[in-house]
Amino acid sequence: MKNSLPLILFFLLVILLGVGLTLDPREVPSPYIGKAAPSFNLPKLYASTESISSEDMKGKVWLLNVWASWCRACRAEHQVINRLVKNHQIEIIGLNYKDGSDQAKQWLEELGNPYVSVAVDSDGRTGIDWGVYGVPETFVVDKQGIIRYKNIGPVYQRDIKETILPLIVQLQQEAS
Amino acid sequence: MMKKWIVLLFLMFFSVQLHAAIEIYQFEKAEHEQLYKQMIDELRCLVCQNQNLSASNAGLARDLRQQTYEMVTSGQSHQQIVDYMTQRYGDFVLYRPPVKSSTALLWFGPFILLLIGLTVLIVTLKKRKQLTEESLTDEQHSQMKHLLDDGEK
Repeated sequence: MKNSLPLILFFLLVILLGVGLTLDPREVPSPYIGKAAPSFNLPKLYASTESISSEDMKGKVWLLNVWASWCRACRAEHQVINRLVKNHQIEIIGLNYKDGSDQAKQWLEELGNPYVSVAVDSDGRTGIDWGVYGVPETFVVDKQGIIRYKNIGPVYQRDIKETILPLIVQLQQEAS
Repeated sequence: MMKKWIVLLFLMFFSVQLHAAIEIYQFEKAEHEQLYKQMIDELRCLVCQNQNLSASNAGLARDLRQQTYEMVTSGQSHQQIVDYMTQRYGDFVLYRPPVKSSTALLWFGPFILLLIGLTVLIVTLKKRKQLTEESLTDEQHSQMKHLLDDGEK
């Protein structure tokens, strides 16, 4: 018994470190989950005199996808977003984060534009308001304008299938 | 030759202290400047997580420094800036997280470990002392002597 103590301690340490390995330190949980989405009022990419605001989306379940043409991971993610919009009735607003509008337009021309509207956040202020720290990020907002989910980093097909779509279906059934 | 090495060594210590913040901000009040410096030392860069805002050259760090500068010069307090940042990024943005139930282990864990260590140390020392203090009775002494003498024959 006396000699087994170091062994027990060793295994406890192994378990502790093992659990630590499964966690991703880059994923900082958003304090916004369950809270009202920060409002924004930004010019549209394709009509810079018009603006899009978070108010326009009240009563709908919608996604905010933060992207930029300089972001490599966004390129891979974009096909997943395209497919999501093609196969399901989902409105996604693109937040073009700290980008040039020419580069952004060219990027969408090349890869397709799945967004109902693209908001231009040239100085990144709206990004800061939403707690964005690494592009791409995707938020799911419910009918009452409350953020229900945040995906940090690129959205993979698996995330869509296992988390995002079931959540959207559930949120669409909720009363507005 | 030796002198050169010493100088080099000396310089190496200095380079660690250099901060990456490159923008130049003008402050009208000394206390604003002081608060700004304090804030960017206390706030974490979310992109390069083991750096504070003052040490990081990431785009987001630059934006958050700008934000901090604007808030400081518009007269906002330390608490207001902390609230602004934690509302958006959570407690993780603070290098000195607040004491609350979710951070209790972080704050008190080291002291608990210290207590466990001290307990183990004291128990071990006591046991050792007991071992050395135990001595033989007179009867055992004579028995031992007898045995030793036997062996010599």
